[in-house]
Amino acid sequence: MALEMNGSVEIPAPRAAVWAALNSIDTLKACIPGCEELEQVSGSELKALVVAKIGPVKAKFKGTVILSDLMPPESYRISGEGEGGVAGFAKGGAQVRLTETDSGTKLDYTAEAQIGGKLAQLGQRLVAGAAKKMADTFFQNFAVAVGGETVQGP
Amino acid sequence: MSTATITPIGAAVRRKEDHRFITGKGRYTDDLDRPGQAYAYFLRSPFAHAAIRGLDIAAAKAMPGVVDILTGADLAADGIGDLICGWMIHSKDGSPMKMGSHPALAKDKVRYVGDHVAVVIAESLNAAKDAAAAIAVDYEELPAVADLAHAREGAQIHDCAPANTAFEWELGDKAATEAAFARAAHVTTIDLVNNRLAPNPMEPRAAIGDYDSGDEAYTLWTTSQNPHVARLVLSAFVGIAPEHKLRVIAPDVGGGFGSKIFIYAEETVCAWASRRVGRPVKWTSDRSEAFLSDAHGRDHRTHAELALDAEGKILGLRVHTRANMGAYLSTFASSIPTYLYATLLSGQYDIPAIYCEVDALYTTTAPVDAYRGAGRPEATFLVERIVEKAARELGQDSAQFRRRNFITAFPHQTPVIMNYDAGDYGAALDKALEFSDYAGFPVRQAEAARRGKLRGIGLSNYIEACGIAPSAAVGSLGAGVGLWESAEVRVNPTGNVEVLTGSHSHGQGHETTFAQLVSARLGIPIEQVSVVHGDTDKVQFGMGTYGSRSGAVGMSAISRALDKVEAKAKKIAAYMLEASEGDIEFKDGRFTVAGTDRSLAFAEVALNAYVAHKFPTSEIEPGLKEGAFYDPTNFTFPAGCHVCELEVDPLTGVTTIVNFTAVDDFGVVINPMIVEGQVHGGIAQGVGQALLEGVVYDADGQLVTGSYMDYTMPRAGDLPAFQVGMTQTRCPSNPLGIKGCGEAGAIAAPAAVINALTQALGTEEVPMPATPARVWEIIQARAARAAAE
Repeated sequence: MALEMNGSVEIPAPRAAVWAALNSIDTLKACIPGCEELEQVSGSELKALVVAKIGPVKAKFKGTVILSDLMPPESYRISGEGEGGVAGFAKGGAQVRLTETDSGTKLDYTAEAQIGGKLAQLGQRLVAGAAKKMADTFFQNFAVAVGGETVQGP
Repeated sequence: MSTATITPIGAAVRRKEDHRFITGKGRYTDDLDRPGQAYAYFLRSPFAHAAIRGLDIAAAKAMPGVVDILTGADLAADGIGDLICGWMIHSKDGSPMKMGSHPALAKDKVRYVGDHVAVVIAESLNAAKDAAAAIAVDYEELPAVADLAHAREGAQIHDCAPANTAFEWELGDKAATEAAFARAAHVTTIDLVNNRLAPNPMEPRAAIGDYDSGDEAYTLWTTSQNPHVARLVLSAFVGIAPEHKLRVIAPDVGGGFGSKIFIYAEETVCAWASRRVGRPVKWTSDRSEAFLSDAHGRDHRTHAELALDAEGKILGLRVHTRANMGAYLSTFASSIPTYLYATLLSGQYDIPAIYCEVDALYTTTAPVDAYRGAGRPEATFLVERIVEKAARELGQDSAQFRRRNFITAFPHQTPVIMNYDAGDYGAALDKALEFSDYAGFPVRQAEAARRGKLRGIGLSNYIEACGIAPSAAVGSLGAGVGLWESAEVRVNPTGNVEVLTGSHSHGQGHETTFAQLVSARLGIPIEQVSVVHGDTDKVQFGMGTYGSRSGAVGMSAISRALDKVEAKAKKIAAYMLEASEGDIEFKDGRFTVAGTDRSLAFAEVALNAYVAHKFPTSEIEPGLKEGAFYDPTNFTFPAGCHVCELEVDPLTGVTTIVNFTAVDDFGVVINPMIVEGQVHGGIAQGVGQALLEGVVYDADGQLVTGSYMDYTMPRAGDLPAFQVGMTQTRCPSNPLGIKGCGEAGAIAAPAAVINALTQALGTEEVPMPATPARVWEIIQARAARAAAE
């Protein structure tokens, strides 16, 4: 099952600071909903353990996260894939772009995900809603972590 | 004994089994627990198509409560064979069908989402689930082949099947059909998708395997429509145990619709694993697993052409169907889009030439096999849609067009194997038109239009081949089994009776109908008859229940056994009454010396058969128990006319069925109440296919209709009160004159609904399921086109 999401967040912080945070494992770990572990394996490869609950399915996703197409301090691509055991699998990525604004930085993202197994069986409406909520939560968390307050949500 | 205690054939007597069911005393497989039982949970593939590069069970095996974890390697090590498809089909070029290897647990590849990777056996189901989550599988994802239309070009699923083709089969006379088209004045063409359905029996599948090391014998309780066939396949092909060391019990089973005919991985694994772990192993499917792993039904894409002369007489029919087989050939899968489909393409019509090609293709989806009607709904949908379209193109009344082309003389040999033995299609059409007030439709349509509603009426003159089937005939067509049925009638010394049948009841009401036959024949109250079925240790052999065969074949076997009981009882009665055997008459439960008042009740003769005091046992053996194996002489041909009248709200696209009339010819009817119930259920499923139900896999082969949030079952509120009527021509091909009724509604209804809907919407392009969204889009597109013109 393929999902597509996009959105943007205004962050009241300079672009360089936002860029640094986007590359900070501690910040990412704190902001990814349900993230229990996030470790650097190599320069651009991370290992993650994320607990997600979607409808009646709760699963621990173990997988890898890779940062690529790095264009500091403007954009990168964050992609990953995880196995959720009997719950199925999820993989996908997001193109993240930062632009300077009067009040700070605007973060735009376009994400796509593929879901399989029991998760897909839950149905598009439930999964798409849950995935969108996870993405929103991440960027809200991120805006708070970097900017200190929530500004304009997606 | 008075005749008032006899339940005659044709009586709408209440179902004996319902007291048990409605008071919660039914005993289904999941209700049973065995001492020391462990629980199985299957780790299933989340990918539609992937190679298994590694499977690490070590961590999972160490988890609390885990008894064992078994994989395809263990299965192979124990020499357990593949699951098989039992009907050999040959391609046009003479080559045998390409049956891909189907292990109960995957060996090195998974081929659909839900395919079985490993089984965890644990002290509790939750422990098994937790451990399954800890199994590490290294999948190498391969391209999914989810779309039937492009299955040939997709990644190869089985090594043995290039272009994902299981077989390319044909039936009929190609040259004669081409000649018919060459002289046609008009040709009607149609392209149809027969949507894929999930069977959804109320009780999901379940199994308990129990190995007794003392007897070196297995018992398998399972939700089967045919426990003897399950035992035969598990013994002879899969190699679990020899037949005399494997007892299969199908206790109360809550519906099947075909999906419980097949021998599946889970049941096989439970039996095998019970010996591996030395404990009973139980598995019960949850609804999500049922959507993933019960064999689906239908899933055809068809292009067809109908050749007509200038007056509208049908000259020929040419059909090309692509049938989705799913990832593996299930137990009877190959017979469904071939001999259960193309042989019915003549419908109720005199069609001189028919040619049909069927390409059976593998996809990375769940296996597809028989589902209520099994091939015959696909045939009826095609025939009744193209006939309707032809009538409209020629500007003829739908009913008159059909009537002009009806077969009216019997027996009738069609160009596609079947020899119709009896029927009166005009009588059913007349009655259906009368019941549905077909003539008054234009007035109702105009009245609906004033309310802003689009109203349509659609006919479906279906035929099916039931009473499956003469053994030699199906053998010559590739069946791996004979399709006779067995029965044993055991008369007890006190005159009550146990009937052992190879048929299996999972909602059909056999405990009533079969007892009714015995009551009527032996003149004993229906309460004194028990029907025993579903246990290979009790019933010697049987072929089970599917294809509307239990009345026509199963009861014919009982009838034959009753003939033998009566014959022997007459001999005994003759000695008791000191009369000549030829002078003994048996009627209403009494043996009477013709022309006298000397008589004996059936129970008196039964007692004497066991006491054996009054007849020479050198001539007549004591006891009163007879068996029969009955092989039908032909298929039976139930047929009828269903009429659907519906309204569409153009603002919402919602279709409301306002009237549904069914007039069926089922031959002799034993219990009209049960038959009417079968018709109701069948229509509900047929309407479900037409308007609501559809299995969808996305491009990645993920099942996106895997729950009742996305798969819509028909509910009572979706359906009107049906008008059900009957006509009757006796079936000449079995002793009781029965044709069968179990599938008619599901076969007839989709075409009736879509013929009505296409009329209401003014377009022939209405896909199933015709959901409100799709209907609304059709209406909008039409409005946009009209505005542009």
